[in-house]
Amino acid sequence: MTRNMICIGCPMGCDLTVETENGAAVSVSGNSCPIGKKYAETEVSAPTRMVTSTAKAENGTPVPVKTKVPVPKDKIFEVAAAIKAAKVTLPVSIGDIIVEDAAGTGVCIVATKDIKA
Amino acid sequence: MDNKIFDAVVIGAGVVGCACARELMRYDLSVAVVERESDVCEGTSKANSAIIHAGFDAVPGTLKARFNVQGNKMMDDISRKLDIPFKRCGAMVVCLDENDIPKLQTIYDRGIANGVEGLKIITGDEARALEPSLSNNICAALYSPTSGIVCPFEMTIAYAENACENGAEFFFRNEVRSIRKDGDIYTVETTSETFRTKMVINCAGVYSDDVHAMIEKPDFEITARKGEYLLLDKSAGGLTKATIFQVPTKMGKGVLVSPTVHGNLIVGPTAEDIESKEDVATTKDGLDTIRRVAALSVSDIPYNKVITSFTGVRATSSTGDFIIRNTDGFIDAAGIESPGLSSAPAIAQYVAELVCAELHPQKNGGFKEERRGIPKLAHLSFEERKALIDERPDYGQIVCRCEQISEGEILDAIRRPLGATTLDGVKRRVRAGMGRCQAGFCSPRVIELLANELGIPQWEVKKNG
Amino acid sequence: MDKHSLVIIGGGPAGMAAAVEAKKSGIDDIVIYERDTQLGGILNQCIHNGFGLHTFKEELTGPEYAGRFIGQTEALGIHYETGSMVLSISSDKKVTVVSREKGLRVVEADAVILAMGCRERPRGALNIPGMRPQGIYTAGTAQKMVNCEGWVPGKEVVILGSGDIGLIMARRMTLEGAHVKLVAELMPYSGGLKRNIVQCLDDYNIPLKLSHTVVDIKGKRRLEGVTITEVGKNGAPIPGTEEYYSCDTLLLSCGLIPENELSSNAGITINNTTNGPVVDDRLETNIDGIFACGNVLHVHDLVDFVSEESGRAGRNAAEYIKNGGRKENSAKCINVTPGNGVRYTVPSVIDTANLTENIHLRFRVRDVYKGCSIEVKTGSETLLCRKKKIMVPSEMEDVILKKELLSASGDITVSITEGGA
Repeated sequence: MTRNMICIGCPMGCDLTVETENGAAVSVSGNSCPIGKKYAETEVSAPTRMVTSTAKAENGTPVPVKTKVPVPKDKIFEVAAAIKAAKVTLPVSIGDIIVEDAAGTGVCIVATKDIKA
Repeated sequence: MDNKIFDAVVIGAGVVGCACARELMRYDLSVAVVERESDVCEGTSKANSAIIHAGFDAVPGTLKARFNVQGNKMMDDISRKLDIPFKRCGAMVVCLDENDIPKLQTIYDRGIANGVEGLKIITGDEARALEPSLSNNICAALYSPTSGIVCPFEMTIAYAENACENGAEFFFRNEVRSIRKDGDIYTVETTSETFRTKMVINCAGVYSDDVHAMIEKPDFEITARKGEYLLLDKSAGGLTKATIFQVPTKMGKGVLVSPTVHGNLIVGPTAEDIESKEDVATTKDGLDTIRRVAALSVSDIPYNKVITSFTGVRATSSTGDFIIRNTDGFIDAAGIESPGLSSAPAIAQYVAELVCAELHPQKNGGFKEERRGIPKLAHLSFEERKALIDERPDYGQIVCRCEQISEGEILDAIRRPLGATTLDGVKRRVRAGMGRCQAGFCSPRVIELLANELGIPQWEVKKNG
Repeated sequence: MDKHSLVIIGGGPAGMAAAVEAKKSGIDDIVIYERDTQLGGILNQCIHNGFGLHTFKEELTGPEYAGRFIGQTEALGIHYETGSMVLSISSDKKVTVVSREKGLRVVEADAVILAMGCRERPRGALNIPGMRPQGIYTAGTAQKMVNCEGWVPGKEVVILGSGDIGLIMARRMTLEGAHVKLVAELMPYSGGLKRNIVQCLDDYNIPLKLSHTVVDIKGKRRLEGVTITEVGKNGAPIPGTEEYYSCDTLLLSCGLIPENELSSNAGITINNTTNGPVVDDRLETNIDGIFACGNVLHVHDLVDFVSEESGRAGRNAAEYIKNGGRKENSAKCINVTPGNGVRYTVPSVIDTANLTENIHLRFRVRDVYKGCSIEVKTGSETLLCRKKKIMVPSEMEDVILKKELLSASGDITVSITEGGA
């Protein structure tokens, strides 16, 4: 089977063509770099996305956060809910873990901004 | 309102209602102003040309002619006493067709009959020498040096604040539902209160016929006439120095091009009679019409500098004139369309005379006729501005970058008597959000300030209402 | 009067990158004036990832990217003042600045770098008729509310304009529980990056309607709905294609405008296409010693390019200060003209007698071009020709011109040609 997709690995947005067999990529073309190849391979088998959102500090301040690594695409909303449920104690620094294992993905949520108490 | 009997209940907190309330406070009278919206200046007063007309348009002998000319003459004094910006920038009525030159003469003659000073008819070339951006089509013009520009928000707010300071009571979110008279006392029922009063003053704008109908079938009818406008950035504000009118037609004064007192450029209005008195939508046709018609008098209006468009409704009376009279303690100040803003000071004085003739009140010895506005930091000299900021550091924290409005000014707008409770309220008092980004940058911060001051969450802060 | 070698106006990515490079080039007396309460500029509200692949070889979120530069700014001991708004600049580089802490004052500078960024085009400038209720925001304003203030301005959303901020906000509002019904785009192509169409719209089944616009807005106090129509090739609505969408929120992502009121008032010449200052290859404006970089110069798609460009502005300003403000007398300037298919170029003037670095020529194309070439010519001589698979107006193009190529060159033209090398 052939699938066409746009690479989201960087702002170039290469048009990728992926040949698949039994849901796995056998060849990728159209990519300009290894990121594209890897993206295509993941996208046809088990697509993932970074999730960025804000958690709330106890005083109500929004704390920007991200998943440390991409999570399965079908878990995005569960991960977003886990972020919403978190209560952050200030101060936080970039990289501080806010949620250890978001929605059973095994991926932690980390702060992306230094915020003073 | 228990058993209190007011001397007068003013219906409507537009410029006419607020001016009336203020003039009444010169006497020993108890006055309530009832308003259906949450702020003053929410109807016709907030969306108009912001012009103080000289008074050459109205037919001699009409109330429009009388109060316009009189109101115009009062403006310098009012501007000083109420601390509101007003500028006699002059106006020109331009004639686009040689065949219409007699019409200019008619306007001139009317102006002279109405007592307008300084009018003269000039040639197209003379007009272009004064206003280089005028189009080559213009063959003659009437020049009027006494015409001016004002901020209608500040004018209304200043009247209201001064009235309030002198004891007038304001009741917002009080839409009048019924009025009845028992003996000498009127009972005015609103959506939330009942007022008892000796006199009622109907300043209800486009609804003044409906309000009149609560007491008797009116002998006049108010049609809402819609006018659309375009407002351009201050970088376009110098395109004309004076207000440029076109020779009027039946549908109104035509499209004007004018600097605003704050330095923007305003172009409009259209004139369209509408069914709904609430229809303040702009339309593609309307905005296109403005562009097309304005181009007849002024060349090269930079429409890429439009920052907003808006629509106002004018209360056009079936009688063709203002209706201002006392019938048995019920005073109409109805049909106040253009030149209503210009006439408001004189109308208010006249309404006060009508009230005095009925109630014979004492003078209010404690009347304070001066009102100080919120300081306009951006317009002060360096030294004045510096001194104020040294005294009040929050005047040094800029919130609205386009208009350079500080946190201090915004807090003043919220904390003053009859202070702002909405984004639009702040905008009309201190111009935060009135600039070229149209509140894109400052609105989150203004919302935060409003929320803190009003003790409500940010998401409950409203744009208006 | 206070005096500084270098005053930088704006502490976003442009201002910080300029400051860092100026400092590294030997200028110690620098001050950055930032109007917000913190450094970082608009990156503070851009909490999504996608920044930094060029600069840091990894993908960062906006605050992380800003954090890297804040770290460098602080590590280098560069002085900055937040809550400080520059009110005016004079042509002799006197800067009037105001803040709560220090009041109103005038500061004199040897050189000034303009790094004030841009603003969003508001509804009024878009000529959309209708009512003016609550619930209409530019996408960036909504982004600030959601990401920095912590509240969501609506539940049922229509977005007009497919600029990147609009696309990002479509996803963001969706993750916050709002229902984004539609993104309408006036042009027949998207205004944002392709990756954002995929990861912000397609992932969430949000439809994108190209060649569509809003023609009416309903609602007195709160927005009730909008009417969308298809537009023809001339951009005019096609009668009969009207569709009503009920919604309580309309977000506008319809373009950014460099914020140059300070610049204009200082007497700086503004390019009518970019709305940014006209600059030479040193990113210097027509006023000696006033430089411009980042979104105040021309709107960028990628912050990485802002940082690169601003670093150059910082180095050039440092050079200018070290030379005692004197420009070389032998200045031999050539013009760079946008040719076929090119809207503008930055810079638009190159001083070929004093080239210190290769020239980064950045530009935008007018339309979508497939299988075309970028051609840089002087007279009939081709200096550079580069084939591109696709070029779109929403993505900034750049070519690097080797300084050796230019030293003997006359005026140059940048154009898009069919086919080519």
